[in-house]
Amino acid sequence: MHPTYESPIIQKLNAGMMNKFGSRTEYTPVKFIDNVAIADLMDEYGSPLFVISEKTIRQTYQKALKAFKMRYPKVQFAWSYKTNYLDAVCQVFHQEGSWAEVVSGFEYQKAIRNGVPGNLIIFNGPDKSKEDLIMAIKNRSLIHIDHFDELYMLIEILEEMENSKACVAIRINMDTGVYPQWDRFGFNYENGQAWNAIVKIIAQKKLQLEGLHCHIGTYMLTANAYAVAARKMCELAQAYANTTGENIKYLDMGGGFCSSNTLKGSYLQGVDIIPTFDDYAEAITSTILQFGFHPDKLPLLILETGRALIDEAGYLLGTVLATKRLADGRRATVLDTGVNIMFTSFWYNHRVSPAQDFSQHAEETALYGPLCMNIDNLRESVILPILKKGDRIVVHEVGAYNMTQWMQFITLRPNVVMIDTTGKVHLIRKQETVNTIVDCEMVPEHLK
Amino acid sequence: MKIRKNIAISENGFIFNPMTGDSFSVNETGVYILQKLKDGGSEETILQNLMDEYELDTYTAEKDLNDFLSMLKSYQLITNE
Ligand SMILES: Cc1ncc(COP(=O)(O)O)c(C=O)c1O
Repeated sequence: MHPTYESPIIQKLNAGMMNKFGSRTEYTPVKFIDNVAIADLMDEYGSPLFVISEKTIRQTYQKALKAFKMRYPKVQFAWSYKTNYLDAVCQVFHQEGSWAEVVSGFEYQKAIRNGVPGNLIIFNGPDKSKEDLIMAIKNRSLIHIDHFDELYMLIEILEEMENSKACVAIRINMDTGVYPQWDRFGFNYENGQAWNAIVKIIAQKKLQLEGLHCHIGTYMLTANAYAVAARKMCELAQAYANTTGENIKYLDMGGGFCSSNTLKGSYLQGVDIIPTFDDYAEAITSTILQFGFHPDKLPLLILETGRALIDEAGYLLGTVLATKRLADGRRATVLDTGVNIMFTSFWYNHRVSPAQDFSQHAEETALYGPLCMNIDNLRESVILPILKKGDRIVVHEVGAYNMTQWMQFITLRPNVVMIDTTGKVHLIRKQETVNTIVDCEMVPEHLK
Repeated sequence: MKIRKNIAISENGFIFNPMTGDSFSVNETGVYILQKLKDGGSEETILQNLMDEYELDTYTAEKDLNDFLSMLKSYQLITNE
């Protein structure tokens, strides 16, 4: 019987490192996702492979919904398409009761294709074409106006459309005490621009102001910023009611809640510092409830939560392509999961686990992707058990933004599967082939 | 290829260099190789030992041994003569 082999390693011990990496709990192998063996998934669907847990999506959604519903009577989530617009993922959210929140004509069409009724689609963003707006007006979608140019375009379009009215809201930006202030989207609160936009809308018979919208930033580490924002939204709603005698139907607080990923440069682990759904819910709902609306006239509270609802449900499985030594003696591990499909590795230090058993020994290593590009760097330094060519790894919490911001750069996008709540595996996006790319290309005659 | 004088190697893979005060830990395979070095084995014989002991193909054994020896060298635990 031969002893099991592990590549020889030597590691220098020093006090600082012992303390910092004293706990090994992070390095337990992850061999299953929702009781499905990772090895089986990769044997069948290849590597790299994105895996989405339907169960985790539903559980996370219910947790978020409960945090708000137990504090406030009228709550509605709208799924932020840009966070992950794979149809299967959107459908899980829609089944749970989410509306759709889209920021382009493309996303809008996806929502319609997914069967979302037009009046349950929130249309955000600075880029809505004339055709987009006409479609949104006809479908009675909620058009969230971003700038005066859009407001005037809408007015012009409506002049040409007989018997049509548009349901609109305005996006508001404001100082919530957080830096940087996101002031490039929407109308500013403090300088009176937001109120001017409201006055302009009031004067238009064909525009119906249904709500007010804000999205104060993303990965907001302080729940209090939402209390500040909610207060300013209430002030505007009140001013509108005082002027028109009508009530704003909804306040849309946008997205921005943290997922438990760890931001680059943060010494503390994400899970230890981020506010919970309850913290955010408390900040927002207590502000609205205490503002003094008549109990019958409380606005509907809409949330466009993205990353916090989907990050945890997404995994990326990958394979070690090579290990090497850098000039300074450090280990480098080359994986087939690069920044091309893991855009969020520019912001996060993603947790990476081995997918098979390993021995006691761990080593500091840099994690690189497969691209022949210096930027393809997943972790500058992470302590991992010794990995060798062919070993498999799991990258955690990649459900948000990766399956929409991935790039077709140097290589093709991989398969995406979803594990349903019974443990059945479904392919929900096929890996791309050369044809996926060249089918869109044309070579002029003289170059053939 | 020789282990420097005074370097203490324990069976469970703890290494101490009294000259520099540095300590290191190595895994089982590492201990195995160090033991062979201590016994005066040449690079070629250690390579063969590794292949036999762990049933390795030449490429894996050669790759790993080279890497390990280069680390020992960079930590000044072995000398070339
Ligand atoms: C208008 C709007 N709503 C919702 C979101 C979702 O944000 P998050 O993923 O931070 O929750 C975004 C993201 O940028 C957004 O721009």
